[in-house]
Amino acid sequence: MSNYTLELKNLTKIFGRRLVFKDINYKFETGKVYGIAGSNGSGKSTLSKLIIGISSPTSGKVLHKFNNSTLDADYYHNHVGFVSPYLVLYDEFSAEENIDYFSKIRGVQKDSSRISSLFEEFNLTDRKTDLLKGYSSGMKQRMKFIFALQHDPELLIFDEPTSNLDSKGKEAVYNTVNRLKNNKLIIIASNEDADLKLCDNIINVEEYKS
Amino acid sequence: MKAFALFKKDWQSELRTRYAINALAMFILVTISVILFSIGQENISEYLTGGLLWVVIFFSAMSGLSRAFVSEEERGTTLTLQLIAKPSTIFSGKLLFNVLLVFIMNTAITILFFLLFESFIIRDSGTFIPSFILGNIGIAVSSTIIAAIISKASSKGTLYPVLSFPILLPLILTLLELTKFSIDGQPLDESLIELTVLFSYDMIMLTAGYMLFDFIWKD
Repeated sequence: MSNYTLELKNLTKIFGRRLVFKDINYKFETGKVYGIAGSNGSGKSTLSKLIIGISSPTSGKVLHKFNNSTLDADYYHNHVGFVSPYLVLYDEFSAEENIDYFSKIRGVQKDSSRISSLFEEFNLTDRKTDLLKGYSSGMKQRMKFIFALQHDPELLIFDEPTSNLDSKGKEAVYNTVNRLKNNKLIIIASNEDADLKLCDNIINVEEYKS
Repeated sequence: MKAFALFKKDWQSELRTRYAINALAMFILVTISVILFSIGQENISEYLTGGLLWVVIFFSAMSGLSRAFVSEEERGTTLTLQLIAKPSTIFSGKLLFNVLLVFIMNTAITILFFLLFESFIIRDSGTFIPSFILGNIGIAVSSTIIAAIISKASSKGTLYPVLSFPILLPLILTLLELTKFSIDGQPLDESLIELTVLFSYDMIMLTAGYMLFDFIWKD
């Protein structure tokens, strides 16, 4: 089993005069599911963005370690799978074409049987050749999970993973988390009690406001 | 290969959405038509026609080349790109796309100038062709990095030409000079200083682009 750890060291983010959070020190390890909790606008998504390296902290550090070697921020994308409400895939392409292009741009070999089983898991096999612009919001949300899991990443960050999903969709997400939790480092940022029930440890962003 | 895959994705996306091509084609047609109508039966000098060529090219670039990044920002797919590739790959892919677009656009404009303006006569293509190639690369590189900067701003349409003008000015001035030489029939070996300036401009912008893109790309 690969070992992925994530360390937040004195992580602080300030937007203008607004302090989002201050001095977060936390260590995440493979084999556990972590929750990021907090009310709307408390900074859960901001923390997720800092973790995946698409936003810079005001001070402090985020360290990604894969098998005890620290990763350069430029290469996080090969190890991270991310689902979020503000993630948008390409509407002018079909689900299959999206996945094809993402594999090529990532520079990874597309594992067709793995991709097929992901389409099965998220119940999109029948619609995988349809353009994404014809998808409902729930289908687009399920498609984001296929996008996040296609390259078999070690770190999975699910920001509000069950938004727009019906009960069947939520069940698919929970089954996926349960299937992967022993071999992956999973972080769920959510307000939903049902989502946070999956977590072994919960970090509340609101505790880091002063 | 990764950058080429991104270029292919952008090209396929462009063919399906016609985000930039339609805007560029319409802009070129309208601008050249306006120039033709305003000239009427007047005879304009060869140098002026050469100057008008680069004016049309500059404003056409302003109308279409920002799309490489602006379209991603407007559709909300910037985050998706950030999640699948490192910044240098994104920059290379977008640059390839803009280089192709610039070459198609500028070749079309130049052909239209040859067909529609009697006073557009290039006597020495040995000077014109290398300056055209280096000029196109310069426009594509500068436009790509400026497009990345303005894509995060709220008033993208205004900011793009405003920010581009001072950056593209040395390039356009050198291209005007080289076009004048080509019209005069000055041979290539007498235009080497200007061509070296063009080449240096391209190299500086390319290096600056790769160095700056990391900072522009992150929030």
